[in-house]
Amino acid sequence: MSKLNKNSSGYIFGFALLVILVCGVLLSVVSGALAEKQYEERELERKKFILKAALGDQLAEVEKSEIAEMYEQRVKESVVNSKGETVEGVAANAVKLKNEYKKLAKNGSLKEGESINLPVYMVMNSDASEVEFYVVPTYGFGLWDNIWGYVALQKDLNTINGVVLDHKGETPGLGARITEEKVQNRYRSGKTIFEGDKLVSVTMKKGEGNDYSSDPHAVDGMSGATLTADGVNNMMSSYMNLYLSFINAKKS
Amino acid sequence: MSTETQAVEVEVKEREPLFSKKNRKLISNPLDADNPITVQVLGVCSALAVTVKLIPTLYMCISVLFVMIFSNVAISLLRNVIPGRIRIIVQLLVVASLVAVVDQVLQAFAYDVSKQLSVFVGLIITNCIIMGRLEAFALANKPGPAFLDGLGNGLGYAVILIPVAFFRELFGSGSLFGFNVLGENYPGNGVMMSPVGACIVLGLLIWFQRSRNGYTEEA
Repeated sequence: MSKLNKNSSGYIFGFALLVILVCGVLLSVVSGALAEKQYEERELERKKFILKAALGDQLAEVEKSEIAEMYEQRVKESVVNSKGETVEGVAANAVKLKNEYKKLAKNGSLKEGESINLPVYMVMNSDASEVEFYVVPTYGFGLWDNIWGYVALQKDLNTINGVVLDHKGETPGLGARITEEKVQNRYRSGKTIFEGDKLVSVTMKKGEGNDYSSDPHAVDGMSGATLTADGVNNMMSSYMNLYLSFINAKKS
Repeated sequence: MSTETQAVEVEVKEREPLFSKKNRKLISNPLDADNPITVQVLGVCSALAVTVKLIPTLYMCISVLFVMIFSNVAISLLRNVIPGRIRIIVQLLVVASLVAVVDQVLQAFAYDVSKQLSVFVGLIITNCIIMGRLEAFALANKPGPAFLDGLGNGLGYAVILIPVAFFRELFGSGSLFGFNVLGENYPGNGVMMSPVGACIVLGLLIWFQRSRNGYTEEA
């Protein structure tokens, strides 16, 4: 080392390149080796969310290792477009919700000339003879970053059975509370998305601790997180509108 | 900066055993008299952010310990070949790579925890304890002592975070390691759930430690 001039530009560039190379190789090896396991974990979470939206508390007794099997037995996947037509040849878990979300305009409706793939998960009753719940994924924007969730509709395609919400970067203790069961359970008291034939969705109100049991389209809000709640509301109404054709086709 | 006072080079003589008295101090000092959080007041941001529940806190402490030890050893091994002008960026690169590895491993094997820790795993990169030890110790010492110094400071971080998380989870949500201990009727305490609670608990810990050690701020 004594012969090298450690302050020469050549040495510095060479050293930097070498360190970058070593770190880069290390990272790509680690990431490659773990990719499959990470994918499995994400898949398991997706399955858990879908089942949890539909089954709620029943899922609390199910072991983590049994979720994949339960999903296999009870959930049928399909993909529809915004006209309610089934899209053939696309697997529901291959639909990248984040990419599909980019096809929406600011007001939450589909951009002109775009077609969107919308997964539908049909959760069957325990002997798998008929559909008990329709679970649909939703995607939107909270206060800081993307939020997403699953909405489980009962077989009348009007009553919400439950929701699961998740987020990327909402404020801990405020907007991040959408992941808490206490908040999500507010959607579990028979709220409906239709008023007669008109789709009105369900709105999380401003303020907390109010009783909305008489209003089928409103749920109690989160104090200090009204903007995240607005994001949830926009997401909900936007996606319920996207699924409207599918819902109407199923209902008739 | 309080780190500068720590930049005392440990003179490692020929064939000095790894666990000599001087080297043992490298582990014991950061645990108490020279604790990175309560005395040097470094790495406080993550101490406030990730101590709501005990389980994520434990994972965080293990992650920091891992990054701390390996970055210290790596920089110590490179200490004679790193060009002085780019040494900070090289340290940063080593730390960032290790943190990325930790993040990937957590995503694969502790997915739920990695979601709870979210951005704070990535923020280990900017944890001042790690950069502080690299600058103050690893650059001037052999890998053996650097390993012990990393271990000591990583444990020094854990020894503060875990009690803070213990009190925050106990009083904030009435549970420990996710198990309810204060009964179903415990209403929870919003202050303890928020970083403010961590600030209060940490302050009390520092008070307790300083009064016990008789530490006073130099005028």
